Amino acid sequence: MAINTEKNTYTVLFAAIMVIVVGTILAFLASALKPAIKENERFEKQQNILYAMGVNENEGEGSVNFVPTDRVEAEFHKYIKEQLVIKGDEILNNDEAYLIDMKKQLALAKKGETPELPLFIGEKDGKKFYIIPMYGKGLWDAIWGFIALDDKMTVQGVYFDHKGETPGLGANIKQRYFMDDFSGETILNGNRYSGISVVKGNNDPLNKVKDDNEIDALAGATITGNGVSAMIKETVTLYKDYLETIRTK
Amino acid sequence: MALLSKKDTNLILDPLADNNPITIQVLGICSALAITAELKASVVMALAVIFVLGLGNVVISLMRNIIPSKIRIIVQLIVVATLVIIVDQVLKAFAYELSKTLAVFVGLIITNCIIMGRFEAFALGNGPWRSFLDGIGNALGYGVILVIVGFFRELLGSGTLFGYPVFGDPIAKTGLYSTGYENNGFMIIPPAALIVVGIIIWVQRSRNPDLVEEN
Repeated sequence: MAINTEKNTYTVLFAAIMVIVVGTILAFLASALKPAIKENERFEKQQNILYAMGVNENEGEGSVNFVPTDRVEAEFHKYIKEQLVIKGDEILNNDEAYLIDMKKQLALAKKGETPELPLFIGEKDGKKFYIIPMYGKGLWDAIWGFIALDDKMTVQGVYFDHKGETPGLGANIKQRYFMDDFSGETILNGNRYSGISVVKGNNDPLNKVKDDNEIDALAGATITGNGVSAMIKETVTLYKDYLETIRTK
Repeated sequence: MALLSKKDTNLILDPLADNNPITIQVLGICSALAITAELKASVVMALAVIFVLGLGNVVISLMRNIIPSKIRIIVQLIVVATLVIIVDQVLKAFAYELSKTLAVFVGLIITNCIIMGRFEAFALGNGPWRSFLDGIGNALGYGVILVIVGFFRELLGSGTLFGYPVFGDPIAKTGLYSTGYENNGFMIIPPAALIVVGIIIWVQRSRNPDLVEEN
């Protein structure tokens, strides 16, 4: 049977069937895989939070190595002592605070409403870490991360990630040599919560000066770097009231 | 080779050299510029395109007699997009780390004109097996150029290969850098890819004058 593929009715029919078939396949796939994907995302968040406070499998210099997914749940509950949600003046305990979507909370804050800000208190070797999630935008798409502070507001570690920064350029914000530079820097400038800026040509490429609130930028990634600076500044500003209570405690 | 006839072998080998999608047909330049700043990204992109183009060509070839010609471009686009999304979702569920590496390429694969080009020029007129070979061949031809460009850009621009420092440490001035050598920052920005591709085109055409177009 030869089909006349030129007829309009055939064309419309073909398009309709194609849409239904493809739609069904994708919808089925998406709902079948959703639990597995959600689980992966949950583990990833736990890995990222632990990474920022220094619980990871890094060896010497080189690549980022997280706590493996089969152990991350247990390690997360072992090291993260408290999960707080800061809502205005209220501070609540919430064991699922790490699942709060920072993007939505930042949008609320911009509208002038009170956001629910998660903060994690970790403890390792008798030392306390205050870990804050961050969210911002790079050159192409979203960037996010976690920053771990001690009670003097000195950075103990950071983790950055991105959705679609350029490989080899902006994507390198998640490389050790960039993230490791943040450790030891302070988010305070005097008594002001000024964050940490990623700057070009600051004459300190090895980052020996730790009290200048500056990190050496990545070559070819100016806008991503500016995005990181803005993200840290925005987050620090949102959390500064609570951070001040920790610092002056 | 019993599996592949002479004609079939040519389907794979031609795009690697004399009918290369990038240097001869000048397709797929956009993604070649975007992602070749490091070698690893080039390899990942090449593998992803081999998979999508091989499979996509087969699907289009199987459907070639029933696709209405008026909407064939849209149908092709849907096939590529569906394949890419399926791959993306499956990786997210079962190989999460790998899927994060690939995430940035998903959009680039859908818009890669080599894929649409092969669907239109080959798969619509040939059987599934030959279309599959043609897809693999063209994707390999694309991948080879990507890897060559990525190799030179990462080596000269960052002094590394697959992230491993080849020349020493540029900040602490060890290895080659102690002699005053500097990384060429120009190599990591996209125009450098255009120049490297240009040099490959030049070398290829001067070795084989038959490839030079007549005006």
